[in-house]
Amino acid sequence: MATTPNATTPAELAWSPRVLLRRMRDADEIAHLITLIAAATLLLITVLIVYQLWVLSAESRAKFGWSFFVTKTWDPVAGQFGALPFIYGTLVTSAVGLAIAVPLGVGGAIFLAELAPPKLSSSLTFVSDLLAAVPSVIYGLLGVFLLVPIMRTTVEPALKATLGFLPLFQGPAYGIGFLTAGIVLAIMIVPFVLSVSREVLLAVPRDQREAALGLGATKWESTWKVVVPAARIGIFGSVFLALARALGETMAVTMVVGNNPIISASLFSPGYSIASVLANEFSEATGNLYLSALIELGLVLFLLTFVLNGLARLLILVTTRRGSGVLPT
Amino acid sequence: MNLRLLWRKSLNFTMLSLTGLCALITVSALFFILGYLVWNGGKDISWDFFTKLPVPLGETGGGMANAILGTLKLLLLATLFGVPIGLLGGVYLAEFGGRTVPFIVRYTADLLNGVPSIVIGIFAYALVVMPMHHFSTLAGGFALGIMVIPTVIRNTESFLRDVPRSLREGSFALGANKWRMIATVVLPAASRGILTGVLLALARVAGETAPLLFTAFGNRFWSPGWNQPTASLPVVIYTYATGPYEDWHQQAWAAGLVLLGLVLLTNILVRAFLSRGTSYERT
Repeated sequence: MATTPNATTPAELAWSPRVLLRRMRDADEIAHLITLIAAATLLLITVLIVYQLWVLSAESRAKFGWSFFVTKTWDPVAGQFGALPFIYGTLVTSAVGLAIAVPLGVGGAIFLAELAPPKLSSSLTFVSDLLAAVPSVIYGLLGVFLLVPIMRTTVEPALKATLGFLPLFQGPAYGIGFLTAGIVLAIMIVPFVLSVSREVLLAVPRDQREAALGLGATKWESTWKVVVPAARIGIFGSVFLALARALGETMAVTMVVGNNPIISASLFSPGYSIASVLANEFSEATGNLYLSALIELGLVLFLLTFVLNGLARLLILVTTRRGSGVLPT
Repeated sequence: MNLRLLWRKSLNFTMLSLTGLCALITVSALFFILGYLVWNGGKDISWDFFTKLPVPLGETGGGMANAILGTLKLLLLATLFGVPIGLLGGVYLAEFGGRTVPFIVRYTADLLNGVPSIVIGIFAYALVVMPMHHFSTLAGGFALGIMVIPTVIRNTESFLRDVPRSLREGSFALGANKWRMIATVVLPAASRGILTGVLLALARVAGETAPLLFTAFGNRFWSPGWNQPTASLPVVIYTYATGPYEDWHQQAWAAGLVLLGLVLLTNILVRAFLSRGTSYERT
């Protein structure tokens, strides 16, 4: 700069075109940096969540080790903590939820993707998305005051009378319990199965349907034997996504599951789930070991849903090939 | 042969009707929920409900003004904390990113979106409540703010990507540099979509109960400050619904109706707003 042929004062130099251009590029760099920091914050938060859960559960992990996952006792007074009843309850309620929600959601998705006229299909999908937006405490509210009495007086006795030979449907009908929680979960996760499945079905190329129909297949045959298998992986993805939701669902389950750490083969039995015990006991936990055992449960829940979601997104990514941008939130 | 055709045709009809039934059941669930809430909670909604504090048990009347204000305060905090990060992060993904980093951020955003809200609650507890040694509105807003980020970031990105190339090129041709192009052309063009994304994210966290249980906690009275626990609609619904008193149950229904109305209305308005087209399209 000192060797510029025309002697310019520093003030003039600052406004020469080249410097100005560089300054403006610097502004670009600054904007780049600021937005990058924002994006990195998201990563930082995620890492920090894992870190906090890991560190704060140290006491429980050191004391119980792997036996934490196979011990049935949950006794805060005696300082004995085992996660088995909660893990069991979480898995059972989610399984019941999936068993109901998957046929319902995939069936509905087939209707919306294959049969319904586009306008009807998109408005029904919107309604289903609204259903996904209903706060979980509202589901809990209806669960407590509407579903539980119906289950106690009608559904559970009927199941006992017809399918009572199965160990699943034995024991007294309380109304609250695994089955009721599973049903509430099913209604909550159907929208996820439905809208994601619909999307992957719509992503199957039109030629495939036309080819099947051209060969003389009925509409159902073309759908079930050609389109659904082609979208299979994405549908699995939607199921995993729904499962992850079900595992982590807190309020609705807490309100109807009975909150009793019991392991029972009967679906009528009251139970407990990981998320529910956190909701009920976290703010009242006394003592570091108690709190750290609860946080370890949170860690388990986090890892479970993290892995499932990761898997689900990958599967959906593979089938739709254009990312998971428009998933329901 | 004819019998086989008949079988195939009837199977076709049966299965297709069944799929229709599945769709019908799913969709009608929403109307049922809404109708049931209106039926049970509608009669308890009055002016007092929005303006008065809860009254002690046994007295009639009273409202949930403190919970409504608490929810609004929590949402304000969530907006202040989560929206800037989500917005700027979305700009990065759409405008500045290369290949790898945006992929990782996008994927993490989706995963963070799927993390159970109660775990976010634990996180906020560990990060805000434990150092401060007491529950606070701040902690609740922080938890909700984290939950807002993934949705806002993904939405912002996708709406920014929808802005036509020609607009950017026009802006460059006029001599604007990149950040000017983004700030004065792309962001305004996508503003409608971005705004709706923010509203949707807020509507979603407005109904979250789990992360507030041990962050914002609850309060029978007006919350004295940002630093103190506050009541919020979802937590009040939960407390009242699981409580033993008939009065409480009634109030829970009314609060449930208000909350659901708020959430659904936001969703529907946003949808109507979006379907009116984007601001860069000529009509």
